[in-house]
Amino acid sequence: MRMQRFANPARFVRLQRIILPWVSGAAVILFVVGLYLALFAAPPDYQQGETVRIMFVHVPAAWLALMIYTVMALSSGIAIVFRHPLADVAAKAAAPIGAAFTFLALATGSMWGKPMWGTWWVWDARLTSMFVLFLLYLGYIAIWQAIDDPRRAARIAAVVALVGFINVPIIKFSVEWWNSLHQPASVFRADGPAIHSSILTPLLVMAVAYTLLYVALHLIAIRSELVKHRIRQIELARAGTT
Amino acid sequence: MSVLTVLVRRDLLLAWRQGGGTGTALGFFLTVVVLLPLGIGPDQILLQRIAPGALWIALLLSVLLSADRIFQADYEDGSLEQMTLGPASLEIIIIAKAFAHWLSAGLPLAIAAPALGFLLNLDPGLILPLGGAMIIGSLALSLLASLGAAATVGLRRGGMLVSLLILPLYVPALIFGVSASTASQAGPDISAPSLLILIAIVLVALVTVPLAAAAALRAYLR
Repeated sequence: MRMQRFANPARFVRLQRIILPWVSGAAVILFVVGLYLALFAAPPDYQQGETVRIMFVHVPAAWLALMIYTVMALSSGIAIVFRHPLADVAAKAAAPIGAAFTFLALATGSMWGKPMWGTWWVWDARLTSMFVLFLLYLGYIAIWQAIDDPRRAARIAAVVALVGFINVPIIKFSVEWWNSLHQPASVFRADGPAIHSSILTPLLVMAVAYTLLYVALHLIAIRSELVKHRIRQIELARAGTT
Repeated sequence: MSVLTVLVRRDLLLAWRQGGGTGTALGFFLTVVVLLPLGIGPDQILLQRIAPGALWIALLLSVLLSADRIFQADYEDGSLEQMTLGPASLEIIIIAKAFAHWLSAGLPLAIAAPALGFLLNLDPGLILPLGGAMIIGSLALSLLASLGAAATVGLRRGGMLVSLLILPLYVPALIFGVSASTASQAGPDISAPSLLILIAIVLVALVTVPLAAAAALRAYLR
């Protein structure tokens, strides 16, 4: 029952007003620190040279792409089971942000692949499943746009998001299940990260900065969804009286 | 279980008597297969190499093309609502309809595909594995197509949306279907494990799709 308290949109808006400045402020500071560490302080790789710096924008974007889809699927599940209106709004607001991070991961990965692998794109498991994730985001957004009745759109979109969630573990483990050109996970491993701390620290700072950026964007997006809904209700009420 | 057979019989009868459904899908399939060599040139060796993948993509598109008729007509004339009032749960109805769609669209295409393979200079040794993989894989294609059809049943412009929603979900079936139907061209032979994974995909779809499609249909039937 504790969770229900946060389903109240008015309480959410009040909370959001308090949290948002702190989150966005911290995101800005961490981006400044993280970008300095990543672009100037971190040493160039002995094989990859300066191009290794692409990693600091590429890897966090890919993590976020997966995390946002997970958040979206989680909210969709909550929306289906508990019928929280706020959960539907949260899932809807997350989709364009997730699509943007997925695109960022694909684009930066492509730019990194050209000097390292000698090609912009290869059709191997990690890249293909990431591209499928991008398509899933687009399909989810298209559902919201195609269905006029918001309540019906919310239900269908939630089903679509949950079905598409099957892809997330496939992406995560694609580099271990198949022989991929993409390297396997080197940060989240059972025997500790396989990266030197001079690279790992900027990467983690950037990851936290990306996450805070996402949280700030998501809070703003949820808020504007709620405001949009409210405006629509006011307009409907006004149209009813005149 | 009798509800299931009754529904499958009804859908097959409708598909048979209305005509068009299976025939159109087959015609579309044939057109794609004919257009392909015209587009990439009549190089026999190249055609032989891409034949299994090309046939699979043609199968995918043909199944998808016939997807919107799974629920559309029954939703518009209200018989879908009547069915939900009956003893069978919506999930069973969806399984029946997906199965009928497979019998009337997926299976004929899967049987015809290896025969059409002659147009693409398909290696004769691949006819059996390709046909087998397609017959199994098209079950998953029909199930997923019924999910797409359920999610877009009340929409006027649902056709493009079905493609955007369902084609990403077709990717695993396509990958393992193709590798199950091409015996070792390079490296070790992975056609047998691929076939097992393809069967696993069918089984997962059989469990998850009816639940998801029923949730989507209920949003429209409310």
